[in-house]
Amino acid sequence: MPEGAAPILDVSDLKTVFTTRSGEIHAVNAVSFDLAPGELLGVVGESGSGKSVTMMSLIGLLPSPPAEIRGGRAMFDGRDMLAMTQDELREIRGSRIGFVFQDPMTSLNPVFTVGFQLMEPLRVHMNMNKAQARARAVELLELVGIPDAAARLNNYPHQFSGGMRQRVMIAIALACDPQILIADEPTTALDVTIQAQILELVRELRQKLGMAIIWITHDLGVIAGIADRVMVMYGGQVVEQAPVKELFRNPLHPYTRALLETLPGFVGDRAQRLRTIEGQPPSLRAQPTSCPFRARCRHAFERCARENPPMRRDAGGHHVACFWEPDS
Amino acid sequence: MLNFTIRRLLFTIPTLLFISFVIFFILDAAPSDPTGNLPLTIPPDVREKIRESLGLDQPMIIRYLLWCKQFFVNEPLNLLAQWGINIGDPDRLRVISFQTRSPVVDLIAQRMPQTLWVVGMSYVVGVLIALPIGIISAVKQYSWFDQMGTFISMIGFSVPTFFTGVLMIVIFSVWLGWFPSIYDTTLVVDSWRTLGLQIRQMAMPVFVLALFNAAQISRFMRASMLDNLNQDYVRTARAKGLRERTVLLVHVLRNSLIPVITVIALGVPQVFGGAIITEQVFKVNGLGQLLIIAIQGGDIPTVQTLTFIFAVLIVLFNLIADILYGILDPRIRYD
Ligand SMILES: Nc1ncnc2c1ncn2[C@@H]1O[C@H](COP(=O)(O)OP(=O)(O)OP(=O)(O)O)[C@@H](O)[C@H]1O
Ligand SMILES: [Mg+2]
Repeated sequence: MPEGAAPILDVSDLKTVFTTRSGEIHAVNAVSFDLAPGELLGVVGESGSGKSVTMMSLIGLLPSPPAEIRGGRAMFDGRDMLAMTQDELREIRGSRIGFVFQDPMTSLNPVFTVGFQLMEPLRVHMNMNKAQARARAVELLELVGIPDAAARLNNYPHQFSGGMRQRVMIAIALACDPQILIADEPTTALDVTIQAQILELVRELRQKLGMAIIWITHDLGVIAGIADRVMVMYGGQVVEQAPVKELFRNPLHPYTRALLETLPGFVGDRAQRLRTIEGQPPSLRAQPTSCPFRARCRHAFERCARENPPMRRDAGGHHVACFWEPDS
Repeated sequence: MLNFTIRRLLFTIPTLLFISFVIFFILDAAPSDPTGNLPLTIPPDVREKIRESLGLDQPMIIRYLLWCKQFFVNEPLNLLAQWGINIGDPDRLRVISFQTRSPVVDLIAQRMPQTLWVVGMSYVVGVLIALPIGIISAVKQYSWFDQMGTFISMIGFSVPTFFTGVLMIVIFSVWLGWFPSIYDTTLVVDSWRTLGLQIRQMAMPVFVLALFNAAQISRFMRASMLDNLNQDYVRTARAKGLRERTVLLVHVLRNSLIPVITVIALGVPQVFGGAIITEQVFKVNGLGQLLIIAIQGGDIPTVQTLTFIFAVLIVLFNLIADILYGILDPRIRYD
């Protein structure tokens, strides 16, 4: 990770709200983070913590209504993406920011060939003609490790296995040499050996192409293996952020600690190996006025109910939003 | 695919034979009598002679087999003879109508053009207006356009055509005098003027039936689009930075059309059989009217032949729908 380089993506105070029949859902509350060129940022947090919504807000992928971005800035290459028109955003999507989704079985259009779907962004963003796009598509499939690439272009998605489809999705996301790749739980739907292969592929591609990656996952084990920095989300907020080694060595937020304890084999004996975090995730009906983790926190005290803890930063780049001091 | 088609075609043969037998059996069991419309002064023994001359004294199974021979062997051979290919004795017995004493197939050939023009055209028009309405209603779900579309299709769907038809005749023929209320089959289109007349006399029946067809198909199109709009691959297409128009009209539409085209294909046989009432209302003497008159007159050969042809069309378009499905959806392989 190039230390101190100007970030390629700088998000501050992002707020996203869904308006539903039963009221508002504040899915993302004042989320701030940045991403250095070539860096791999891991994003963890339980289901519903706002990981996907955060990333989709940035590039305008949320349907509106019901989604509304209530505030914040997302500086990418000197420009605020949240202030861009749909047309400007569209030019960035798929060309400078690539997206890989969770379920490769449904993310590809079943009635078009893989080649057609892979060539689309090339033709739209890079103005390639058919022959050029085809040549590049073969290159891309080879890059993501699909054997017999030229022939496979004419196949339909259902003729590929799950792992192969996820490789195709990665090839599509990387088609126009993006500066950022956002991968939203790309391995969750795959079995373990395929997961390992995809992880290996991403590691390799990152070395070859040097793009920055945002990797969303539930799996802290994966994060430990590939991330430079980790961001922990809870209840639509970032609760802790630190370089990966620092986070695993010295987790400061009670939620992060609880998450690490749920990792089998991380601490404790066999009987304790599978721990769960008791309690329910917070309701997101209103803007938070207190710590969202308070109800499930072992260390909560009276101040946690009064105000939402602000982010504390230390010199080593370790940020945490908590009033509790682990040593005290 | 070819294998599948051939296999399915072979399979339709016993199906259709069975259907033809069932139709014949039911018609025979029905208490209708071809001499029933004759004057009451005709004595019973003469009536019996007339029935004998129609072959009605034979057992049902013999009459059925004779019909089969006439319809499946003699009629096709006759058709070939018209094209100059003569096989066997040209003096074959054809399927003859009890009422008119002319071959049923010739009657059908006379009635076909009116039905195709009016009912066929209304189906084409119905489909052509239904598809864009369905697409726009889905893309702009709950907009005023969608609400209007829902309202109009509900009317088109639930108000029967004999009501809308009569209503249109009252408004446009009686009050306004814009369109004729009776369809004139003798009109020959040979100039711009007669073409204008033809279009005017087709306008109302086509509109009434098109509304009915469009109501159904546009709802179907809308539902199918909505199904697909929420799919993950749509999000992928947007994430690739495609134009919204491309996302909708290439990615979503291509998937949504698969079931809709199947439904459209399945609806084609109705063009021939299902417009009986509308043909009556507007006095279009098409196939539907022929069938009604034949039923009223106990004209068993005509009813049998027409009903059987409808059955063939239904079986055939079921097969076509299946084949189209296989062509449109690459995931389906008929092997
Ligand atoms: N279209 C929507 N309408 C209403 N609420 C939504 C919508 N999409 C997401 N949400 C809400 O936003 C919150 C955050 O969802 P998000 O998908 O970002 O979670 P996540 O962290 O990605 O979870 P997961 O790990 O399950 O993917 C959830 O509470 C969810 O209910
Ligand atoms: Mg998610």
